[in-house]
Amino acid sequence: MWSYIVKRVLLALLTVFIVIAITFFTMHAIPGGPFNKEKASTPAVKAVLESRFNLDKPVGEQFLLYMENAFLKGDFGISTKNGREISETMKNTFGISAKLGGMSAAVALISGTVFGVIAALYRNRWPDRLIIFLTTFFVSVPSFVLATMLLLIFCLKLGWFPVFRAGDPSYVLPVLSLSMYPAAYITRLTKSSMLDVLGEDYIRTARAKGVSSKSVLFKHALRNAILPVITYLGPMLAYTLTGSMVVETVFSIGGMGREFVQGILNRDYSMIMGCTVFLACLMVVMNLICDIVYKFVDPRIDFS
Amino acid sequence: MAENKMTSQVKGSAPEQNERPSFEAKELLRKRVLSLQPDLSVFEPASEKDKAQQEVMRPSSTFLKDGIKNFRKNKLAMSMFFILMALIILIFLTPYINPYGYDEVIRINGRRDKSLANLGPLQWSKMEQKEIDQGVKLYPHLFGTDSVGRDYYVRCMVGTKISLGVGFFASLIVLVIGLIYGSVAGYLGGKVDLIMMRIVDIIYALPDTLIIILLSVVLREVLKDKIQGTIFATVGTNMLSLFIVFGLLYWVGMARLVRGQILTLREMDFVMAAESIGANKRRIIRRHVLPNCISVIIISTALQIPSAIFTESFLSFLGLGVAVPTPSLGSLANDARESIQSYPHKLVFPSILICLLVLSLNIIGDGLRDAFDPKLRK
Repeated sequence: MWSYIVKRVLLALLTVFIVIAITFFTMHAIPGGPFNKEKASTPAVKAVLESRFNLDKPVGEQFLLYMENAFLKGDFGISTKNGREISETMKNTFGISAKLGGMSAAVALISGTVFGVIAALYRNRWPDRLIIFLTTFFVSVPSFVLATMLLLIFCLKLGWFPVFRAGDPSYVLPVLSLSMYPAAYITRLTKSSMLDVLGEDYIRTARAKGVSSKSVLFKHALRNAILPVITYLGPMLAYTLTGSMVVETVFSIGGMGREFVQGILNRDYSMIMGCTVFLACLMVVMNLICDIVYKFVDPRIDFS
Repeated sequence: MAENKMTSQVKGSAPEQNERPSFEAKELLRKRVLSLQPDLSVFEPASEKDKAQQEVMRPSSTFLKDGIKNFRKNKLAMSMFFILMALIILIFLTPYINPYGYDEVIRINGRRDKSLANLGPLQWSKMEQKEIDQGVKLYPHLFGTDSVGRDYYVRCMVGTKISLGVGFFASLIVLVIGLIYGSVAGYLGGKVDLIMMRIVDIIYALPDTLIIILLSVVLREVLKDKIQGTIFATVGTNMLSLFIVFGLLYWVGMARLVRGQILTLREMDFVMAAESIGANKRRIIRRHVLPNCISVIIISTALQIPSAIFTESFLSFLGLGVAVPTPSLGSLANDARESIQSYPHKLVFPSILICLLVLSLNIIGDGLRDAFDPKLRK
């Protein structure tokens, strides 16, 4: 058990290291330094700027300095476009993204489980067929299509929600467009694992003992059926984080995803780098936690 | 009683079968009373009638025929297949039917018409209307025109073609790399397998979308000057970087699948049975291993296509997709976002096309999996 955890932690650390290395060295492969395009800078100004950001040092040393700053001080440097601290921008915007992501994850988990159980209980009857058709549909709709369509229909045509509200944006449509795909996935996952569990001997035993069908469903079946969903939490987080880039851009929500997209559009390399490193570490850590939790929660899994 | 009858038959037919004396009952060994030795006298050559009974009534079905038959029964998958085929035919017919080019700003008699931009579906511009009034026949703008006066239907169709092509080639790259890597790891086994699979584990753990965004940003800058003048320049840096990224990251799932298939199939009883009756390696691979894993591999490749289309449209939407004059469904949808309030149809058409494309490919992939995977059959 512990050897498994140690192994997973080591793999996660290695992954984080590789992500940072890829980010750093590919970014440095871009021809021309970040200060080459500034019109005003004379060679002297450029030299000062480069020494301020350690760009005059060898690449290897820069890499170590970047790692040190990023992990020990939480300092990702400053934006090469607007000169603001990247860590500051992240701090201000991450909360909004986390709120959006958290709500979407909650909606996806609850609705996915409920519909998955319904589909399993009404197997091959119309509720099952309807739910499976809808999940197939929502798995096939890219998040930006769903987001723009919802914006078009509910904000512009029907006027139910404001298109843009500064400060306190409406979260209904963004959450809806971000949670549909994971909800559909969780529905399928829950349905198939629920069907497996309902065929188990202990369900028949419980029924034979005279346990009420409600109790069988919630105490015996659902508890076991919900376990595989834990493994999807990691991928769901990855989807939510990348999906929020699109959804925040479409709905003009000032979260971290939008900052990232702005960074891409503006060629703000240090912003792209900071966001990639931060989000990648977040995903790797979440995957690690999910894996370990799954092993703890499901005692049937062997640790060899 | 029955035994007596048979023996007499053998005896009776013996004179006619002189050329096969071994069946003559007289020469057969006598069965001793308590011996377990089979009584050879009860065996006789099969008559023509007996032989006819052995003939197979139905022509034997091959694995492929079986799968296709099962697939045909799936109505939803079949209708989606026809929709996809219709879409593909439409894509390839469009340049022959529709006179407008995808990057052509439409001019009337050599002059630009300002009212031609942002037309709705099946609308005409002022100058076009004049021409039509004079009796000139023009081809209608089925989906209207875009902001600089290009035919939107042609752009959507080319965008669909690009998206489909990207999905197809990306899956092909994934298939080739994954197949080679997975089968090498599976066949060699041991330490080589262990090291190769650790590498796969690490790549698998990388957050792929982030790396794709990062590499697309970087490769675009790096490749811009290097591919000038080569054939790659026609593909465009963004598409090229997309393929490179797929080649670098997305094959790991396929490699794991192939390796797992080979490892399990190698241990299967029917492989051992084939070996024990003296089948050579080539026959085992051709008749037993390949048919059993090829369906899984092809289906997984087929399901890779929509996911590649997803990724491409996502990148295009972020402004990292195909290069500017070339449309893809993602970039068309992204461009339409700016004028969503005034010209919503420009968003609706590419959105519907992309949903249709991904939905049909997903359902066909699922249908193929159900049809070809014998383990799922009931």
